[in-house]
Amino acid sequence: MKERFFELAAQLSRELRANEVLLCNLAGERSDFVRFNRARVRQAGSVEQRSFALRLVRDKRQASATVEIAGGADDFGLLRQSLGRLRDALEGLPEDPWLSYNETPRSTDSVRRGALPAAEDVVAQAIGAAEGHDLAGFYAAGTLCRGFANSLGQRNWHEVDSFNFDWSLHGGAGRAVKASYAGTNWAGTVLEQKIHSAAEQLALLEMPGRAIAPGEYRAYLAPRAMEELAGLLCWGGFSARSRATKQSPLLRMQAGQGLSPRITLLENTAQGVAPGFQADGFVKPSRVALIEGGRLGEALVSPRSAREFGLESNAANGGESPESLDLAAGTLEERNVLAELERGLYVSNLWYLNYSDRAAGRITGMTRFATFWVQGGRIAAPVGAMRFDDSVFRLLGENLLDLTREREMLLDPSTYEGRSSASARLPGALLSALRFTL
Amino acid sequence: MTQALADRFRALRSTAPFWSMRVHEESREDLTVRQDTVEPPRLSLDRGAMLAAVTEGGYGYCATSDLSAAGLQAALDRASAWAEATRGRSVAGFDLAKMPAPRGEYSGPGTAQRPGRAALLELLAAECRGAKTDGRIVDRVAALSLIEEERQYFTSTGGELRQRFRYTLPHVRVTANEGMQTQARSLDHFQQGGFEQVERSGLVGSGARLADEALQLLAAPNCPSGTMDLLLMPDQMMLQIHESIGHPLELDRILGDERNYAGTSFVTPEMFGSYRYGSELLNVTYDPTVPGELASYAYDDDGTPAAKVFLIRDGVLVAPLGGMLSQLRAGLPGTANSRASGWNRPPIDRMANLNVEPGASSLAEMIASIRRGVLMRSNVSWSIDDARNKFQFGCEWGELIEDGRVKGVVKNPNYRGVSATFWRSLRMVGDRASFEVHGTLFCGKGEPNQGIHCGHAAPACLFAGVDVFGADA
Repeated sequence: MKERFFELAAQLSRELRANEVLLCNLAGERSDFVRFNRARVRQAGSVEQRSFALRLVRDKRQASATVEIAGGADDFGLLRQSLGRLRDALEGLPEDPWLSYNETPRSTDSVRRGALPAAEDVVAQAIGAAEGHDLAGFYAAGTLCRGFANSLGQRNWHEVDSFNFDWSLHGGAGRAVKASYAGTNWAGTVLEQKIHSAAEQLALLEMPGRAIAPGEYRAYLAPRAMEELAGLLCWGGFSARSRATKQSPLLRMQAGQGLSPRITLLENTAQGVAPGFQADGFVKPSRVALIEGGRLGEALVSPRSAREFGLESNAANGGESPESLDLAAGTLEERNVLAELERGLYVSNLWYLNYSDRAAGRITGMTRFATFWVQGGRIAAPVGAMRFDDSVFRLLGENLLDLTREREMLLDPSTYEGRSSASARLPGALLSALRFTL
Repeated sequence: MTQALADRFRALRSTAPFWSMRVHEESREDLTVRQDTVEPPRLSLDRGAMLAAVTEGGYGYCATSDLSAAGLQAALDRASAWAEATRGRSVAGFDLAKMPAPRGEYSGPGTAQRPGRAALLELLAAECRGAKTDGRIVDRVAALSLIEEERQYFTSTGGELRQRFRYTLPHVRVTANEGMQTQARSLDHFQQGGFEQVERSGLVGSGARLADEALQLLAAPNCPSGTMDLLLMPDQMMLQIHESIGHPLELDRILGDERNYAGTSFVTPEMFGSYRYGSELLNVTYDPTVPGELASYAYDDDGTPAAKVFLIRDGVLVAPLGGMLSQLRAGLPGTANSRASGWNRPPIDRMANLNVEPGASSLAEMIASIRRGVLMRSNVSWSIDDARNKFQFGCEWGELIEDGRVKGVVKNPNYRGVSATFWRSLRMVGDRASFEVHGTLFCGKGEPNQGIHCGHAAPACLFAGVDVFGADA
């Protein structure tokens, strides 16, 4: 795909007229998708897609077009037609005062080859490993690529072979354990071990359940639960635009309120799996400190926001949302979590979080999958889904006792529009209190 | 293109006993004015095909943007290989003796032609400017999405469908801030149609109106907390129906397909025909025939003809939301709601148009009947458990009602409840005068994930004894 994309960008650049600049982006993937229910296949298929985005700039005006190309001889004609439509669109537009793109070419190339088995073989391995269990899940694998090219000669390419098998094992009474296996080099034995480990956890859920009344409880949020919490904060929490227009859920931090000094959160592009460049052609810094020692750090500033608000850009994407989150580790050893929790709720997963008062950083959401009542430092009983409603300033502030020393690297299994390249490296969190309401 | 595609499809060959091709083409233009600045216009053309093959106990798909004869044949070969590989390993299979061969055409509403791009941008700019009424207004956005969509479906049994849709979708949002208080008001008009929808949406004049309402919210007291009456206006009924009736009734959730992602349902198959879902006033339909509603169509993406079906009648659960395959798996009746978000995703059960039928009460009668309660409109926060039972929703706008009279605006209105009991507290249903058509563009579900549009029409509805609350003081 790489050579073809760069060739099309070069061909289109040769079509440009005086004072025109062209920016091209490609988002492509060749994916195998297999959905499982009850340890059988529900739907299996393959998808090949190539979304080509052109942005034409002339006399401080710009317009963009996205075209799904076929990978054949007709692509250039289709893109050339779109270029003509963009030229027409520019005619009636005013100047764009927030226009910004990289005018200093900086090319990069990153190709990470993996070892992926034929998807049909994964089906056989997964069904075999899940025999006797009720497994529901989803396997997504293949090559993912992102490209940037402009008429100034810049070329950037990011390509990775990866897989993400995200599944859950289900027992009686709606009880379930969530697990995943993701990476670039598949090993069937690792899948077997992970399914076996999940089955052991599921056995703990077969104990008699315990109903918990609404109220405040000491709690431990495992890394996957923290992923949901961090994911919600990414919805406007670190965006320069949200900050400038007072729409951030961390508005109170802008006024000086802090979180626990244990909280240091980075956009760690160097350690993530997302591309190191963005749609305007800027190359991202290796790290941006979003929260440092509990204090608000840098915002993610897109080139457009930089122009609008008079800020310095740090090459954020247009959405100004982190893609490679990294929350610093604490001092709590994972093997001591139950002992330190002593009496309270062990929460493996959270679900469907939203702001119940965005400006105040108040969040509501549900527990999901394996949640346990812990007593005397031991798992005592599974607990059904419960709703919490609490403030981020309590959760990651006054009520945060410690974070685990060990962290998990979680690759985003999302596939809206296409397979995600986002990731998060997160510890678990021990809280003195979490407020449950329903 | 249609005849060429049909010819190419007829030339395809597969070892599978049944195969199909679904072709989507969507052209789109997004125009936005923010803070009096025209954002770069965004045009798009998305076109591709999904080939699917069915064997005895097997199914496979392959999606491609290569619509050449060779590209389509290669995709069908891959789909056929998947169908063979999953034979005997699938949790469900189609009945090969009953595969459809639908033939027909459908064109959704939308005749009014759009003005030129410059005129549209000026229309949006006027609303953006109109919202600049006060120094506390910190963000102003006016946008319009114009979408033309065509879906074609061909089957090896001779089926051939062509459906065309047009969407004109205005959006305005105005945000006000004072100190640690930020409040927003928005307009979303999500219906099928042409430029006539802009007129119906109330876009013109909305900038100033929304700015005024956002400023009112800044000055308003917090929503009171306690157990009280709750009057939901149609734009919040949209979300309430979607989350606590629509998703729980989706048959694929009930069958366990979504357990790893979107979740399960508190509804079980044996409940259909007897379970009291709501009070006797509750009548819920799957209705693909409402003109302009987002998911009005003639056939779903498996080629099943669409017709209105009562899901809840007089409060009793009657039927689920499930397409051809789900009905076969569950042994239950269903609806034509097997839908795909695009050419690169396979069809699954979606709620399509799901509506609460009008009742007999006027809005004035409902307000007059309230001793203490809150009216809420315009959803801003939504959260519900994976079985679609314990929910908590918040709105942009609230009005306190006491002793049958509206007392004033309240901010940060929220409420929570449990789906299994909430609808039984429905005590009045608005008449046709308060009935409005709304919808959402962003219903997420499925693996691979699919975001799709759903329509929800309802009158205002009054619920008794709801746990209502505002923000922390």
